[in-house]
Amino acid sequence: MADQLSIVVYSGTVDKLLSVAILASGAVAMDTKVDLFVTFYGIHAFSKEGVKSNKKFDADFPEMVPMLTQKLKEKNVPSWHEMLTEAKKSGLVKIHACSTACDVLDVKKENLDPIVDDIVGVGNYLAEAAQSSITLFI
Amino acid sequence: MTIQNAPADIKADKVVDARGTSCPGPLLETKKAIATIPVGAVLETISSDPGTNADIPVWAKKMGHEYLGVIEGSGYWRIFVRRKK
Repeated sequence: MADQLSIVVYSGTVDKLLSVAILASGAVAMDTKVDLFVTFYGIHAFSKEGVKSNKKFDADFPEMVPMLTQKLKEKNVPSWHEMLTEAKKSGLVKIHACSTACDVLDVKKENLDPIVDDIVGVGNYLAEAAQSSITLFI
Repeated sequence: MTIQNAPADIKADKVVDARGTSCPGPLLETKKAIATIPVGAVLETISSDPGTNADIPVWAKKMGHEYLGVIEGSGYWRIFVRRKK
């Protein structure tokens, strides 16, 4: 089994994407390879448009959003996109978009942010996950 | 891997001050900095993130470096690692 972290990135809210980015960056620090399989709401967040405009937080805790936004800024926590862009420089991180979700949402490779390496099928994710020591769904 | 105190007279060959960055920032800075010092030299990471104190011993073990311990300051930690390879 490979020293690899595989994450299904289903969510599109910045709080969950920040968790994805922190885990991926931490993995890079630990010399662990990372495979992100982005699907569903994640596809919107990883689109060129979503990267620019999406500021959504988890709808379960609306009262916490102003405080979280302020604290993240105060403590100089980079955005999930900045973190993943930096993590990718290591060469250890691959980001794949789910072909079915792209098809349903009418998203093409050119609509996705350049940090996405490719559009792949679920078979690709399963093969990556099968050889990963850590698998998560976020 | 347990957190331990470093000798009070420990001297580092290089210091990376990662205070103000949150996890995993200090760990990433430690990884970058250790590549810039020779094998056998000592790196000191200063972090204000309490996670770093627990993470660097685990990181050093995985990377094959020697964790030398921590000196706790007020609101920050000075963590020492010797590059082994």
